[in-house]
Amino acid sequence: MKKAKKQRDYSALNSKLIRRPIQRCFWLFLLPTFAAFCIGFLYPFCKGLFLSFCKFKTTSKWHWVGLDNYVKALSDQSFIHSFLYTALFAVTTLIVVNVLAFAVAYVLTKGIKGSNIFRTVFFMPNLIGGIVLGYIWSMIFDGILCRYSTSILLEAKYGFWGLVILLSWQQIGYMMIIYIAGLQSIPEDMLEAAKIDGASAWQTLWKVTIPNLMPSITICTFLTLTNGFKLYDQNLALTAGRPFLQMADGSVVKTTEMLALNIVNSFYASGGGNRGVGQAKAVLFFILVAFISILQLRSTRKKEVQQ
Amino acid sequence: MAKHGLKRERRTKTILTVIFSVIAVLYLMPIFLVLINSFKENSFVNLETFKLPNKESFVGWANYEKGMTFGNYPFLKSVFYSFFITVVSTGLILLCTSMAAWYIARVGSVFSKIVYYLCVFSMVVPFQMVMFTLAKTSDTLHLNTPWTIPVIYLGFGAGLAVFMFAGFVRSIPLEIEEAAAIDGCGPIRTFFSVVLPMLKPTMISTGVLEIMWVWNDYLLPYLVLDRQKYMTIPIHIQYLKGSYGHVDMGATMALIMVSIIPVIIFYLSCQKHIIKGVAAGAVKG
Repeated sequence: MKKAKKQRDYSALNSKLIRRPIQRCFWLFLLPTFAAFCIGFLYPFCKGLFLSFCKFKTTSKWHWVGLDNYVKALSDQSFIHSFLYTALFAVTTLIVVNVLAFAVAYVLTKGIKGSNIFRTVFFMPNLIGGIVLGYIWSMIFDGILCRYSTSILLEAKYGFWGLVILLSWQQIGYMMIIYIAGLQSIPEDMLEAAKIDGASAWQTLWKVTIPNLMPSITICTFLTLTNGFKLYDQNLALTAGRPFLQMADGSVVKTTEMLALNIVNSFYASGGGNRGVGQAKAVLFFILVAFISILQLRSTRKKEVQQ
Repeated sequence: MAKHGLKRERRTKTILTVIFSVIAVLYLMPIFLVLINSFKENSFVNLETFKLPNKESFVGWANYEKGMTFGNYPFLKSVFYSFFITVVSTGLILLCTSMAAWYIARVGSVFSKIVYYLCVFSMVVPFQMVMFTLAKTSDTLHLNTPWTIPVIYLGFGAGLAVFMFAGFVRSIPLEIEEAAAIDGCGPIRTFFSVVLPMLKPTMISTGVLEIMWVWNDYLLPYLVLDRQKYMTIPIHIQYLKGSYGHVDMGATMALIMVSIIPVIIFYLSCQKHIIKGVAAGAVKG
């Protein structure tokens, strides 16, 4: 199967009939996208990577400081705090969102009445943007908490669980769609065979459904994990890092500040003294996200081999 | 025995439907709360968030009127820019990346391979990595207006789109294009009248993903656009809340309602495509 595919690709590459004329039209087909890609990604990426080794305030005025920025970034307490906070948050949402999304998808594929309407409803919050979502929920949480004369901005634990609730509301529908697609692709006769063999619903779930659902589970796990790590808009709109905590050495730790927000703040909030530190943090952030993606790629590859 | 089991199963299903109906209603609650609070006087939003507007708190359309010119920037202008940027960026991305993907898939040169892997690579790079330099670059190139920001979106969003299109093009048998070429079609005509129609399903799912991304995007336009002159809906709402400590909550809820309505209409009218597109994008991305 794989060999046949390779052969087809090979012949495609050699088809002069197609290849030559297209190649002559390079300026029309590839150039616009490539030029925009250089402006919008390639150049900023390379320059950003370079500037992470420099002390700079604007991109034109810089001088080389080597690894100094990275040392500063890693000794920045607020950065370490936001990293741990983000990791905790990402793992929490990973569990909450996936368990609930799977439960919903499982019930909705059992053919209960109104499945389509439920699916429509659960998916809907996913289309609303992060900023708007943040303000909707800050109104709701404050509406509840003001009865106890407190606010989501006053206690870090409210901020944490508030964001978990918000993100679950937004993403359960999305993951549900992926799980439904996975559940529907499990062959009917396999489930039937389990039933005939006298397996209970619980046994069928654990021994047949979930093993067959592994591809979907992998996808959803990594999606929620990267979404959790990259979260920015919702964090900004809901708490923006409040409440702030004064440390013994005078530095301020924003208790509900996540990684992405911490990076943006170190670029823009403090008037941007040395933006090199912010850029170094961004590079570390990129390495982290890329690492998770590579893990994902490897685990999906492995599954494919097994099948 | 079997009959009994069937009966029991039916009963469980009914119970599940009832439970899910309750959950679904709760799920829609936040939107409903925005709606009712958008008709309340400001001070009542925080005190009586969960009550329907009554005689005291009801202010009719006043919040909507107030919200339109809130913060010295007409809200409708933001709505217009949001629409414009979303439509043009999505159109540009779909057209340019589908052409690029065809080139990449059909021309196996080293250069096209490099471009392809760079595109795949760009998908794992978070925006914070490039944001500062990107904002500076777009300033120097004068791409900081709503009319030119689609170029930035094309550049930063090319990765996913090229990846999805290239994957699909590779599954199209080459014979069709060869037949067109033998019949005397040049590459331009081959692409637009033979390949493009076949790309329609991928077009739709990629289009949905791009629309959802661009419409809701906050940080990119916030950093790239000239903030004094241009705002999009997310920037506008963040600006209202961020710069005024005690903002008029009623009016903010009215604006949020206005900005959700197009999304809901879009969702209900092409729900099938949206859900399909999202599933396809997730599996590939």
